[in-house]
Amino acid sequence: MCATCGCSDNSRPRLTDLETGLAVPLDEPAEPPRAEHLRHEHGQDRPRVGTTISIETAVLAKNDRLADLNRGWLARRAILALNLVSSPGSGKTTLLERTIRDLAGALPMSVIEGDQETLHDAERIRAAGCRVVQINTGAGCHLDAAMLGRALEQLNPAARSVVLVENVGNLVCPALFDLGERAKVVIVSTAEGDDKPLKYPHMFRAGTIVILNKIDLLPYVPFDEAKFDRHVRAVNPSLRVVRVSATRGDGLSEWYDWLRAAAADVDATVARADL
Amino acid sequence: MHELEIAQEIVAIVNDHAAGARVTRVLIEVGKLAAVLPESLRFCFEVCVEGTSIEGARLDILESPGLARCRGCGAEVVLDQPAGLCACGGADLELLSGRQLQLKEIEVI
Repeated sequence: MCATCGCSDNSRPRLTDLETGLAVPLDEPAEPPRAEHLRHEHGQDRPRVGTTISIETAVLAKNDRLADLNRGWLARRAILALNLVSSPGSGKTTLLERTIRDLAGALPMSVIEGDQETLHDAERIRAAGCRVVQINTGAGCHLDAAMLGRALEQLNPAARSVVLVENVGNLVCPALFDLGERAKVVIVSTAEGDDKPLKYPHMFRAGTIVILNKIDLLPYVPFDEAKFDRHVRAVNPSLRVVRVSATRGDGLSEWYDWLRAAAADVDATVARADL
Repeated sequence: MHELEIAQEIVAIVNDHAAGARVTRVLIEVGKLAAVLPESLRFCFEVCVEGTSIEGARLDILESPGLARCRGCGAEVVLDQPAGLCACGGADLELLSGRQLQLKEIEVI
């Protein structure tokens, strides 16, 4: 049983390609080797009895290394990868559907969906007309760089395209795990309350842009826009706020402009490197 | 929730270095701004070491403070979370330290 939430052990991470419907298990974290095995394998290397061994390694060094590999892979293809993070229900998938439909033909895009279970979101993205693969994290609460690496391989996005990665709905854990993305896009909806930045400062600190979604609900929910802006500035003064309604369409052109500019910036960086 | 994966990483790195010796102590540095809860990490560590050569090892957690510099006035500010205010009222803070999540040393017998 999972120590975190009590779910069963068979909910392992897996990757599904919506085109073929094929699902493959993603690499599981290696089981720690048993003591007997280690003594048998490495007995000759055993350190001296009663010793302190200095290690000084970043615990997430492996993830960071894999994220760097992803970053290099993406850069060589001039692909803009964005990590979309939010709590469940903020409207990430609706925003993606709308973005895909509105920018079809103008900006080549593909999507990597992350959810604990189901293919629901990937099916919605596919119905919107976009190439998509789904990662189901099973017991996991976030995507990591190894999962993204496998998903990129399967997705095989075109050079000079945009890959939108929809992380697991969770404002806590994804802040810690670099995937190799260019930027984190934080999505928050008006129904969630104007104090979200203060409650989840790590994520708002890690983001480059925040999309305030569901502004069409402003007349019905107790959300103070000025207070929200103040809270954003208090946590991360350089964070840009874009107000949208993904269902009604308000403000989306500003998000699209940002997206196009970011893609152009990746292109320009690669062009400079080629010179 | 991510503490479980972090504990698994710690166990994997410790196992690599211990090379089969029994581990009696593991020292981790966790910065105040690392978004890792020491108590939760401790719980997950206990679960992850079961049946390994680390089982029974003491987990020592060194909590290091968060520190930032105010981009407005240049003063140093001590932080418990990744945002805060300088005495001058400025919120534009450059984080200097506190995000460490470092496996420092182990003791083996």
